[in-house]
Amino acid sequence: MDSTILARWQFAIVTIYHFFYVPLTLGISIFVAIVETKYVKTGDEMYKKMAKFWGKIFLINFAIGVVTGIVQEFQFGMNWSEYSRFMGDIFGAPLAIEALLAFYMESTFIGLWVFGWGKLTKKQHLTSAWLVALGSNLSAIWILIANSFMQHPVGYTINPETGRVVMSNFAALVFNPNVLLQFPHVFTSGMSLAGFVVMAFSAWHLLRKHEVKFFLTSFRMAAMYALIGSVLVATIGHFQGQFLIEHQPLKMASAEALWETEQPAPLSMFVIVDEKNKTNIVDLGVPYMLSFLSYNNFTGEVEGINDLVAQAEAEYGPGDYLPPVTLNYWSFRTMVGAGSLMVLIALLGVYWGKKDNLVDKTLFLKATVYSVILPYLAVSTGWLLAETGRWPWIVFGLQKVEDAISPNVPAWNVAFSLILMLVIYTVFTIVAYKLAIKYGTGEIDQATH
Amino acid sequence: MDLNTIWFILVTILFIGFFLLEGFDYGVGILMPFLSKDDNERRAVINTIGPHWDGNEVWMITAGGALFAAFPHVYATLFSGFYLALVLMLAALILRGLAFEYRSLRDDPVWRERWDWAIFGGSLVPALLWGVTVGNLMRGFAIDADMNYWGGLFPLLNIYSLLGGLVFVTLFAAHGANFLGLKLEGDLAERAKKFGFQAWIAATVLAVLFLIWTFFATDIMAQGFIFALLAAVALLAAGWYAKQGNDKLAFVMTSLTVVFTTIMVFAGLFPRILISSLDPAFTLNIYNASASPYALNVMTIVAAIFVPILLIYQIWAYKVFNGRIKADPEELIY
Repeated sequence: MDSTILARWQFAIVTIYHFFYVPLTLGISIFVAIVETKYVKTGDEMYKKMAKFWGKIFLINFAIGVVTGIVQEFQFGMNWSEYSRFMGDIFGAPLAIEALLAFYMESTFIGLWVFGWGKLTKKQHLTSAWLVALGSNLSAIWILIANSFMQHPVGYTINPETGRVVMSNFAALVFNPNVLLQFPHVFTSGMSLAGFVVMAFSAWHLLRKHEVKFFLTSFRMAAMYALIGSVLVATIGHFQGQFLIEHQPLKMASAEALWETEQPAPLSMFVIVDEKNKTNIVDLGVPYMLSFLSYNNFTGEVEGINDLVAQAEAEYGPGDYLPPVTLNYWSFRTMVGAGSLMVLIALLGVYWGKKDNLVDKTLFLKATVYSVILPYLAVSTGWLLAETGRWPWIVFGLQKVEDAISPNVPAWNVAFSLILMLVIYTVFTIVAYKLAIKYGTGEIDQATH
Repeated sequence: MDLNTIWFILVTILFIGFFLLEGFDYGVGILMPFLSKDDNERRAVINTIGPHWDGNEVWMITAGGALFAAFPHVYATLFSGFYLALVLMLAALILRGLAFEYRSLRDDPVWRERWDWAIFGGSLVPALLWGVTVGNLMRGFAIDADMNYWGGLFPLLNIYSLLGGLVFVTLFAAHGANFLGLKLEGDLAERAKKFGFQAWIAATVLAVLFLIWTFFATDIMAQGFIFALLAAVALLAAGWYAKQGNDKLAFVMTSLTVVFTTIMVFAGLFPRILISSLDPAFTLNIYNASASPYALNVMTIVAAIFVPILLIYQIWAYKVFNGRIKADPEELIY
């Protein structure tokens, strides 16, 4: 295997693993800060315990998010040095700003939060909680500013001598329309994921009628949090789809497995893709729906993959412009399917959570425990689509993946790091998972002493 | 002073912060298994850096990010060229960070012992590899006309650079021991200081050898000599104050040693950043490796606003946890 394929696998693996932890950090840091705010406002010790209990889950997750984050920052130079040279002007700045603004803040105040009970005043401690949450979410903004340029380049020129990207408008970079959609999408997906994690552990305890008051309170707050997150993430996702139809039509067409341009276009519900012959063997869809979702009218023309690939060849010269259609199609279905189920479950959670007999709804509680897998599926498949749907571009329209690789890193080096990282990430994800289960299903005192 | 020079200085400051702060917490990690006898003592040692290690590590992450932003070619050349070394370092840092957070989450001696070794190895390996890296930066390595280094790991593990690695390990161990001397109490603090003094002897011997070799094998001393001298004086003073039992000044002096050593390296390199051993024309300097003036300008404004702010809250965090830590299970935070 050549080093490009290995490096792509490595990037996919370490990034997807990293993004198991990030959305929980984004969402639960705010949840913990909200709970602690209730404690400071009411003086009710239960909320302090809740902050510590869910804080423990947060910390287990945060630690592995931090250490896998270092790999994220280093790997561009390590595996993608030509990309780093080409994009240094654009990509380095948000990364450095992310560190200066966000990483210092979250890492310093997490230390104060963990070790500061008793040393800080209540208000100082609460401020630390909010600054951890702010730092975490600020870091997401800056990394998404960097990623958004790769999706939708703005605010740049090309240096005619070196052929490299030069930053020409920092404000345009920061207010990239793609950021304005992608950050809210990631932010609300974090809320939703964190809500489901708290709901799942709470449901586990409620099924056993264990510490009912504590976990019922947690469940109710989490269900509302998850509902707001799930509804918003889906709504924003819809507008992202419309943005993609306009700016990255090939990504959207492959997510729909729409080979031929159609007017009006149906929304596909199930296909069996034949990538070789560029067609679908089985194709079941709802007429008019894709046109409607794309343009808010039932007659819009949606361009198909074959036409778009031909356009790309005309614009950028001959080459392989076909994204992985099967992968994108099913990634998109999985994300949307999981997201829809999440809205339903969160809605039921809010509705039944209001009643006093939630502990008796055992079937629903059991379903809630298992439903924690849904947001994880959704965030992973969402990123799979966002990144692989851009094929063959690492920077849309500007640099191809094959031109981005480090020329001087031999394949065996990448194979070595790939295997090492795969083993380390897998082992420690299992360790983190087991620790989260141990504390999340354990006694309250275990996590809060 | 032009923006390129300002960013060279800023990168130097970030590396100073990184080596100064992570220097002692790597040192604490390296010493931890040897100087603590039981779990409470180990916890006490870990808690000296518990609230801080993550914030300290951000200095390294920021230094990496600043290199990417200000000198993207340096970031690309160095990180791709030192690929395997960085893979090992990342693996070590993953183990180390998780060890601090996960070690106490199970009350099982085998579990904790494993994490203790992760803390030791996870501190030793990065300290060694950063020293090796700095050695190679001073000596230069085979960068070609396209700014790429093709030699792989083994030419980087030359004796000069390995000696640099050992200087880092022993110096950080002495620095960490001085930090522990400030933060611990009683018998445990005494043991830390005893180990620290041995590490100091080793660091002094190795540093003298390394500086002499540097004088003959590189041109770093042409601009870095005065800082080498200051580093040497500070290192000797550190031993003197340690012997006197003056914990504070001993720590101040190893801190100054780290600071001056870092300045020596960067002052000696300036305006070069990555020296090519093949041809001086292939060397990466603050001009041919830099980002555009516009990007540097933006980053300068951002740094001017946020570096002072982050310094304020990070120093405040150290103030909050000022004071010695007792190896007493009633008082320790797990």
